[in-house]
This record gives sequence, C-alpha cells and structure tokens, in this order.
Amino acid sequence: MPAIVQGARVVCSGARLNPDEDELPNNLHPGTSVNGSMSSSLVEARGLTKYFDELVAVDGIDFDVAEGEAFGFLGPNGAGKSSTMRMIGAVSPVTAGTLAVLGMDPAVDGPKIRARLGVVPQEDNLDQELSVYENLLIYGRYFGLSKNVIDERAAELLQFAQLEDRRDSPVEPLSGGMKRRLTIARGLINQPDLLLLDEPTTGLDPQARHLLWDRLYRLKQQGVTLIITTHYMDEAEQLCDRLVIMDKGNIAAEGAPRDLIERYSTREVLELRFPVGTQAVNAARLDGIAKKTEVLPDRVLLYTDDADFAHTKVLEVGLIPESTVSRRSTLEDVFLRLTGRSLVD
Amino acid sequence: MTIAGSLRVVEAGARVYRRTWRGSVISTFLNPTLYLLAMGIGLGELVDNGTGGTSLDIPYLTFLAPGLMAAAAMQTGAGDAAYPVMAGIKWRKTYEATLATPIGVPELLLGHLGWVAVRLIFVTTVFALIMTVFDATTLTEGMSAIAPAVLTGLAFAATVTAYTARLKNELGIASMFRFAIIPMFLFSGTFFPIEQLPNYIEPLAFITPLWHGVELCRGLALGQDFTVHPLVSVAYLVLLVVAGAWLAIRTLRGRLIS
Repeated sequence: MPAIVQGARVVCSGARLNPDEDELPNNLHPGTSVNGSMSSSLVEARGLTKYFDELVAVDGIDFDVAEGEAFGFLGPNGAGKSSTMRMIGAVSPVTAGTLAVLGMDPAVDGPKIRARLGVVPQEDNLDQELSVYENLLIYGRYFGLSKNVIDERAAELLQFAQLEDRRDSPVEPLSGGMKRRLTIARGLINQPDLLLLDEPTTGLDPQARHLLWDRLYRLKQQGVTLIITTHYMDEAEQLCDRLVIMDKGNIAAEGAPRDLIERYSTREVLELRFPVGTQAVNAARLDGIAKKTEVLPDRVLLYTDDADFAHTKVLEVGLIPESTVSRRSTLEDVFLRLTGRSLVD
Repeated sequence: MTIAGSLRVVEAGARVYRRTWRGSVISTFLNPTLYLLAMGIGLGELVDNGTGGTSLDIPYLTFLAPGLMAAAAMQTGAGDAAYPVMAGIKWRKTYEATLATPIGVPELLLGHLGWVAVRLIFVTTVFALIMTVFDATTLTEGMSAIAPAVLTGLAFAATVTAYTARLKNELGIASMFRFAIIPMFLFSGTFFPIEQLPNYIEPLAFITPLWHGVELCRGLALGQDFTVHPLVSVAYLVLLVVAGAWLAIRTLRGRLIS
C-alpha cells in the first residue's frame, strides 16, 4: 500500500468558483468522528472479491479510504467500480476477502453502516411522483429523522443544490443536472460520514457537469469524505485526491492523479493524425523523437516532456501530419499505458 | 428488522398517495356503485323474479354485495402489488433508493404490505358505506365484512408481490390479471354460488383464495352458514399472506441485494 496522500493536492479547476457563496452551512458538516475507533480509514478492503455466478466482477483488490479524502475509482464500464461501490454501500454481499466500512462489517452491521452513508447512484432513483422537498422528506424519514430536523436541513440543502425555487415543484420535469443535484442533496440529508457517488456526471451536459463539480468541490472543502467512480479522466483529475485505476476487476495503479501521470506518462503528449492507412508506416519514421510512441487506430501519440519541440522534430523528419495536437498528459494516457487500450467504452 | 423501519415505509406510501390519490379514488367509489347498480339492481331483479329468488332466499343484491367487497379487496391488493412493485424494482428504482438507507428488505416488504392494508381498510369501508346506501345490507352487516375482505386483499398483495418480484417485464402482470385475477373474480362465488358450476370445476373454486374471502365476507355479513369451517378459510388466507411475504422477501433480496 502506498502512503495515503491526504487531501492536499488540488488540480487546477475551472470549477473552483468563489468558495464563500452558498457554502454548506456549519451545522451540515458531516460528523467526522469515526465511532471512536483508532483506525483513520473509513473504508478498508483486503482481497475484496465479488463474483456474479461465474463472472468475476472484483478480483481481490486492496485499498483504503482516509477520512476527509476524495477517493476515486477510475476505469471503463465493467471494470468492477460499481460492484465495489455497492459492497461499500452494504447492499451487495462480499464474496471473499475483507471489507470494513466505518470500522464495521457490512455483512453484520449493514443498517448501521447505511445510516452513516450518503449514496448517489448512477441512475437517478428519485420518487418522480413527489415534489423536490418531499423527496428529501421521505428520505430523511427513512433515516428516522424528525420532520423539524428534516425541514431545517432541507432548506439548507436546497440552497446548496441551487434548487430553492424548485422546492415544491414535481421532480419529473427537472433537468438531468437538477435531478442529480437533488440526488446529492438527498444523500446528504443524514449528514453522512461518507458520500458515495457512482458516476456522478455521466449523461450530463458540460455546463451541468461543471456546476456539479463545483458543488462536489465545495463538499470536499467542507471535509466530506467522497468516494467517486468515474470513467471520465478529467473528472478524476478535478475531484480526486487519490485514485485507483481499475481494469477487469483489478487495480492497475494507485496514487494521486499528478503522481500517476508522472509515474506512467510524460509531461506532455503530441497527437498526430495521418491519412487513413498510413498511420503505422509514418509512425515507424518517428523513432527516437519521443520517449514512447503509441499507434492508435486513429492517431499516433508521442509521449514527450516537450510537445512543441517534438513537433519541430517531426517536421524535420519530413512528415506532415493532417493535424497535430500538443497537450498536457492526462490520466487517459496513464490508462492507455497501463492497459494498452483507450478508455473509450 | 424493526417495526419502526416498516412504519416509515408505510408513511412514505401515504405521502406518495397524497400525490396520486385522484386516480384510485374514482375507482374506489365508482366501481362499487356501478357494479351494485348493474349487477345488484339491474340483473338482481331478473334473478329475484326467476328461480334465483327461491334458491338464494335473500335478494340478489344482498347476496352479491359482500362477495363483491371481497373481490374489490382482491383487485386492490393485487393491483397495488403489481405495477407499483415493478416501478419500485425496475422503472423508478425507488426500492434501490430506500435500501440505501437503514431500511432493509424485510422492512421494505412489510411496510409495503402495511400500506396496502391501510388502502384496503379505506376501500372496503367505502364499499360498506355504499352497500348501505344501496340498502343491500345494514351498516353493521357491511362493516362486519371489512376484516375478512382486508385479509383477502392482503393474501393477494403478498402473493402477487412475490410473483411480480420475479418478473423481468410487465407482460407477466397483464397475463396474471387475464388468467388468474379475472377468472377468479368471475368464478369464485362472487356472482353466483359455486354449486352452479359444473361438478368437475367446482372443486377448483375451493382452492381459490377469493372463494374463501367471499365465504367469510358473506357468512359474517349475512350470518349465513359457511361451506367450510370459517377458521379453515382464515388459516388458508393467513398462510398465503405469510408464505407470500416470505417468498417476496427472498426474491427481492436476491434481486436487489446482489
């Protein structure tokens, strides 16, 4: 286990707006005490395994999530992210290995664990027949909260989710982004110690996505421990202090986004596009220009610390690509390097 | 499993109903009225003036009303356990949302049945009032059929929930109504005594839960003799509630906690 990188690193973020407005109010701060137990890990998995009949969804993974951390599971569909999330959420029995959530065993203390979790599922499962406020109300009641407490928190959460003026409107006509923000607000009604977000921005348009990132970033700043699954590289870079890259039920790498990029990629990447069918031939002539060359079906990637310099060298060799892009290295490159395939699915 | 958890699910059912009551309240009032008018009064007059008058010994409307109450409870119980359960599992995934909280599958299921029980009490009470208005029975007679009717409705709610929980899609629901609920409605002694059925079919009626419900409602409301001992009918319906609930919990757990 590499040392846990505590929530220090914040990757640049367009979503980082004026942090003083719409702050999550003080009394909504999630409880941060962990039941008096000495372990600083909110989640601790060792050899965690999940089978569905013959299919191995999660294949013996180890990870820890520390208090106050934003932890990510990054990987394509079918990598085992959601299965892992469901086990942490105490709604899916562990096949093998050990899992401790908030210091408890989900098989024994499922209801106690769920009482202290907030869950934002991949697909919105709001009650469409109810109003925005009523969704918070019945959810709060499931946690045994009194109506007074719920009313108080609902007012604050609706402000946080920017849904104050929608309080009494039905859920059905809300936009995808609004519904997702409401689902997050609902997940916070019990002031959870740990918020689980399964692909929080999948299916949202860019604007809604940035707004959501901003809200999640605020939660992070309030000290809420977040576990996020995503197949978006930029999302993982924006939100996660630390992440694991999952592939086929295994953890392929673990670390802070920037560390992973440094470890498994170069500082910059030059993307070249050649006419169809000439990719491989042209790539052969690029030898020695970059630290590593990757030939993809649609483009050639040159891993280098200086993309502009590499570009000059490409031109010097006499190659004229149809188009070039020079960019910062991303987690996508890390994933490609680790698994040998793009994260397109 | 806690009672408090189940009650919170009942409460959620009530809150959803506050939004959706309009659709069902019409059928709660309108269906009994229409059936009692058409069958009880319209058809009843023919029956009473024909051979039915002597073999039934009571006005057809009076004969029909308690049986119809049991059938209405069946419809409500089965209906609330069909599409709404499918929505909870699959369409709206509200069960998934509920199960992410401290509420577990047993509480969810018992809360669901608890809410159906509340609905059944409402539906059968309205039915008893309408029966009284039609002068089919006295109010006391009508009210005494409420408890067995609610039990009948719950037997259907529990078993139909277990059935729906196994379904991949809603086609199975339509088939169930077509091949189980409607035939039972017609041939379980609601509209005519099952002795009227051909001899080889008659025993089939004995195994239908609705026949036992109709027997109990009619017997208790009208003070008529029971065909089988009423405790046998009660035991049969209670068994269906328990077995249905147990099976529903197992099936829902397998499907939602996977």
